[in-house]
Amino acid sequence: MSFFLNDCYDRMNQGEVIVAYKGAISAEVISNTLSLIESKLEEASEQTGVKKKLYNVLVESLQNLFHHVDAINGMGGSESNFGAFVLSKKDQVFRISTGNFIRTDKSIILKEKIDKINSLSKEELKDFYKFVLNNQSFSAKGGGGLGLIDIARKTGNKLDYKFYHYNTEFDFFNLNVFINEKE
Amino acid sequence: MELINIEGTPKTPTVTMNPTSGVIEIKGRSIPENSIEFYKPIVDWLEEYNQGPAAKTVVNVQLEYFNTSSSKCILDVFKKLENLKKNQKDVIINWYYEEDDEDMLEAGEDYESIIKVPFKMIQIVD
Repeated sequence: MSFFLNDCYDRMNQGEVIVAYKGAISAEVISNTLSLIESKLEEASEQTGVKKKLYNVLVESLQNLFHHVDAINGMGGSESNFGAFVLSKKDQVFRISTGNFIRTDKSIILKEKIDKINSLSKEELKDFYKFVLNNQSFSAKGGGGLGLIDIARKTGNKLDYKFYHYNTEFDFFNLNVFINEKE
Repeated sequence: MELINIEGTPKTPTVTMNPTSGVIEIKGRSIPENSIEFYKPIVDWLEEYNQGPAAKTVVNVQLEYFNTSSSKCILDVFKKLENLKKNQKDVIINWYYEEDDEDMLEAGEDYESIIKVPFKMIQIVD
């Protein structure tokens, strides 16, 4: 287990790392990370528009992670809701990498959803966002099914993802979101 | 009807709702993990307000950030305002956005295209 996780985590750690975390994902971890990054961003030299976009996408990415960490059966302690995230920067592009376990049956649905989002143009994404906003009800976890669409819209970049096979029941899902430093 | 005055937090906005003046303000940031709980009293209040609204309802929305969980709730708030409009009441939504925040302007335009209430996009200049 830990070898597998370390390997996944190493692949997420690229470029100049600003914040990195692996462990139990709780509302508190997410909140603390967001306020830490917010204060870091205040000192950063980027344009306010870019900082805002970065913070907004980060909120969405981390909350998405929080809503979707699947607990793995038979694994106690912190690994039962294990997740990881890395915020880094390379060649004027910020990268938010998140990772969590997901049931293999959900992997297929998620993959289809991301592929669909990636196939849409800017205008189509806008229409898709509005359609889901207006027609889809909340999930039990409080998500509105809008997170990934919103991220794709705000960044203007394709969503990069990988599913690492863990066992017959679970995959490790790694999502990479890119935000250009220059608009 | 009661006046609503909710103080803002790092994750939730400041909300004031005055049934007499018809002025409603949502200001700050709205990024709670689960926003249904936060917005429920606001939507309920509007439901009651719809029974006997002020002659004119002015809604000022000035958000710095909001997450997608909030975006659905904000739509629910606006749908209540749409009911006012259907009942021939005067209502306007002032949507504030900062000069360099195109995403916030676009978000306002998304709502404007869904909700049948007049919107006014107002740029905040420092």
